[in-house]
Amino acid sequence: MSSRIGISCLQEAKRVAIFGGTHGNEMSGITLVNMWTQNSAEIERNGLVVKPFISNPRAVEKCTRYIDTDLNRAFTPENLSTPEVEGLPYEVQRAKEINRMFGPKGSSNAYDVIFDLHNTTSNMGSTLILESSTDLFNLQMVHYIKKAMAPHTCSVLLNEHPQLKYSTTRSVAKHPIGLEVGPQPQGVLRSNVFESMRTILKHALDFLELFNSGVEFPPCTVDVFRVQERMDYPRDTNGNITAMVHPHLQDCDWEPLNRGDPMFLTFDGRTILYEGANTVYPTFINEAAYYEKQQAFMTTCREILAANAIRKAFK
Amino acid sequence: MALVFLPALARMAVTGGTHGNEMSGVYVVQEMERQRKEKGEGAWPIPVTTVLSNPRAVKECRRYVETDMNRCFNTDTLSSPITDSSPYEVRRAQELNKLMGPKGSKDAIDLICDLHNTTSNMGLTLIHYTSSDWVTLHICKYLQTKITKVPVRVLVLDIPISDAYSLESVSKHGFSIEVGPQPQGVVRADIYMIMKEAVDLTIDWIHKFNSGTVRPKQMWLKCVLFLNMLFSGTVFEGGDVEAFEFIKSVDYPRDPETRTLTAAIHPQLQDRDFCLLKQGDPLFLSFSGETVKYKEKEPLHPFFINEAAYYEKGIAFHLGKKMMLTVPKVQVQKD
Repeated sequence: MSSRIGISCLQEAKRVAIFGGTHGNEMSGITLVNMWTQNSAEIERNGLVVKPFISNPRAVEKCTRYIDTDLNRAFTPENLSTPEVEGLPYEVQRAKEINRMFGPKGSSNAYDVIFDLHNTTSNMGSTLILESSTDLFNLQMVHYIKKAMAPHTCSVLLNEHPQLKYSTTRSVAKHPIGLEVGPQPQGVLRSNVFESMRTILKHALDFLELFNSGVEFPPCTVDVFRVQERMDYPRDTNGNITAMVHPHLQDCDWEPLNRGDPMFLTFDGRTILYEGANTVYPTFINEAAYYEKQQAFMTTCREILAANAIRKAFK
Repeated sequence: MALVFLPALARMAVTGGTHGNEMSGVYVVQEMERQRKEKGEGAWPIPVTTVLSNPRAVKECRRYVETDMNRCFNTDTLSSPITDSSPYEVRRAQELNKLMGPKGSKDAIDLICDLHNTTSNMGLTLIHYTSSDWVTLHICKYLQTKITKVPVRVLVLDIPISDAYSLESVSKHGFSIEVGPQPQGVVRADIYMIMKEAVDLTIDWIHKFNSGTVRPKQMWLKCVLFLNMLFSGTVFEGGDVEAFEFIKSVDYPRDPETRTLTAAIHPQLQDRDFCLLKQGDPLFLSFSGETVKYKEKEPLHPFFINEAAYYEKGIAFHLGKKMMLTVPKVQVQKD
């Protein structure tokens, strides 16, 4: 990579994958990948090879999030380097296989871009998830997608938190992007959610085609929500939850939560207030899969990230 | 219509977790058990048994472990011999039948309120397997007048009791309380509160209905109540109850070979449970952009639109006919 003043010249993004079914009950991605595996016309672009791929086929078959362990937490250095022995959890075996096919993670042979398709029971609308605030390529792509989707809102979640970030399936690629669209119950296919995800991918692939053809993208800024903290439900000594997300907070993803605002409602009708000092922007509010991960919602703070102009490096 | 006397309802059960990932019922039962620990048997004005119907499925937060338990209460399954290969839910169904039944006998509990959630936008729907149980219909009528936050609808299936396959058919007057929309594995406060209110009002109705049969030991109180019974006693006025009768189910359009879906519920039908579907109205939007329309001449009402658990049963939605059921004025039968 070389840079003239103000413009970053980046390697072209030739090898692209679209992952569906990382969680086997998140139906939009599974349906899109199956559709495009049968007929890839919609995802073909000049200068790119786009591979649709079902990441967790056994979980998809059972319409369950995972078989032994969450695939989207399984791409740790330990798991990827552990010897191939019998008795490894299914998703650890699968992570090693995916790392072989699309990685190795961190190497120059890894896929350029992986889009990982997810749904959430939270009212997050269309959300793009980034793992790095310094990946210029991803910032420019996300900026392009947001502009193309307008007036439909596309929120951007940045998870760079040292303790809360996790080793995702898409992290084997050089430029990982998570697509999270909700609200949609597990096991359900909603037409509007399906079409939103389809449209996001259309714009993303358009961006890649333009970039690879030599188009220069000017400097830009991206409004993001940066992950701060995980908030769990109040629980009793046996670990059972004793309250629910408060009706005033339910479905209010991305809206400000201030000190003194209602946060939880106990089963016998008592309100628990948010007591944090600063205004935060909650997300992943009441996600079904996070009860077992001790998370009622995540708090974020708003930030503006700047990205240099980019274009494809000349050979 | 003349006043009808019906026996008091002595025993009632509230059952949650019949499907282990329908969370409101699980937490309502849990909260009722906590109240019982705190207040003893005086927690409610009538004796209420609380049951977590499918504890293994609740523990795993799944609809069922081996087979859908809420299809196991027809007479054949309840009387089938248990072997080593019998599914867990069949064994459990027989256990629940022993606990709250036997179904069809005079020893069966008077009322089971079975608590369910749906991913469909059905508000509060009260489901019963027959259209001729006046006690249940009166409770439905009472809930319809008292609950105003969400639409309260009545759904009747009209099957003979021996074929009725769901848990509440074990009791003499059972019905299901179905509240949605709520995703599986999630408890929403608004949905929980509606379900709790429906349970509390059901207990309230039974208490009011029964209140003519208190038999105290003190003679002076007996005299007062005797006079009270002669001149008042809770009479529930009759009237019409609007209900929907199940007619048939409609599946998703599927690929003939692979059986995978080729369309989703159309955005104009999604979340419109109990609307009136007329010929030409959109049903499905295919992945290639075509609209599949309702072709039948008879307008019907769809419900359970896009219920997560019904994909494996080949059901995109059910269709029902609206009808009026008439209930007589009722009062408790005095001993």
